[in-house]
Amino acid sequence: MTRAFIAIVGRDLALAARAGGGGELALVFFLTLVVLVPFALGPDLALLARIGPAILWLGALLATLIGLDRLFQSDEEDGSLDLIRASALPLELAVLAKGLAHWLATGLPLALAAPMLGLLVALPIEAMASVAATLLVGTPALSFIGAAGAALTVGIRRGGLIVPVLVAPLTVPVLIFGVSASNSALGGAIPFLTPFLILCALSLAAIVVGAFAAAAALRQAE
Amino acid sequence: MALAVENLACRRGGRLIFEGLSFRLAQGEAIALTGRNGAGKSSLIALVCGRLRPEAGSVRIEGAGDTPAPELIHLIGHRDGLKSALGAAGNLAFAQAVLGEPALSAAAALDMVGLPHVADVPVGYLSAGQRRRVALARLLVSRRPFWLLDEPMAALDFAAQAMVAGLMQAHLDAGGAVLAATHGPLGLAGARELRIGP
Repeated sequence: MTRAFIAIVGRDLALAARAGGGGELALVFFLTLVVLVPFALGPDLALLARIGPAILWLGALLATLIGLDRLFQSDEEDGSLDLIRASALPLELAVLAKGLAHWLATGLPLALAAPMLGLLVALPIEAMASVAATLLVGTPALSFIGAAGAALTVGIRRGGLIVPVLVAPLTVPVLIFGVSASNSALGGAIPFLTPFLILCALSLAAIVVGAFAAAAALRQAE
Repeated sequence: MALAVENLACRRGGRLIFEGLSFRLAQGEAIALTGRNGAGKSSLIALVCGRLRPEAGSVRIEGAGDTPAPELIHLIGHRDGLKSALGAAGNLAFAQAVLGEPALSAAAALDMVGLPHVADVPVGYLSAGQRRRVALARLLVSRRPFWLLDEPMAALDFAAQAMVAGLMQAHLDAGGAVLAATHGPLGLAGARELRIGP
């Protein structure tokens, strides 16, 4: 069972690393979004720094959502989902493996790239660190809430934009606490740790609920 | 162990495809599933492996104990379950890890289907017949008693068809069972024919 879990994570990471695998695409999309914002807002550094964490979080959210529809659909189309269903590994754990691989290929690089992109929105050093930390613990929630949405739409051909539309409203709490923890580094009444711990809790809950919800949806899909 | 299908009915898209279908497939037996296009051969295979829910009736594996039916079944369907970006050996190693009960190694299985030279070639570059053979090599990397094959001979040349017939015969001799949907002959001496539809 452990071997099957590791095999799924390894295969999805190998596929994400190939050209067009989606891992680097999310990162480039993130970069593009964050680069565009200063052009739209103008060179007001104080304004950019104030809304910087929100921009980085929105960018990371959208970048995570764009590739999500393929999470189960590509496996469904080529029949490898049937292979995973035939495994002794419970479907919930298979979803956990796929979600973990998705986070390693998408969420983790976004969190690591965030400090660099913070330069573009004139963030001070401590704010860069807090944005990276909140993205690091918050992006697993995005991957697993997204996994449930991706599993629901697995049978819909050309359902590309349905997943982001379905998933985005469910990510509102993650966004609120992520941005509010990041903003604490820029001053304000809220301490860093309170929203940060709630964000950790949201991620932990999303991993469990998302894995069960996605597995249930995949069982219903025909 | 035996696969027992009783009074099975299948409805897809609101249309009743077949009903009242019963058969029994014991170890060492083979069934060639025939019928016209749309008669429900692939639907029957999906029902047996638990991919679809039956409208009525039941599919059971007698004598399997606590093991759920899907874990005793090897499915090679229309969709071959191969990732185009990965090599043939990589695909087979993944199947072996996921399906469990390891038998032959990926390299040995590719040898058996006559494709030792494509082990590291991404499957997307292979021809339809070669892909089919890589998918069929999956039967050899994990040990499972019931083989469910949907058109195993599709896209295969004559030599490869004989090779697949040989693999199926060896599986039957070793106490396995084969249920194969087919339009042509399977090349198995003892195979019963089960015809669905008119």
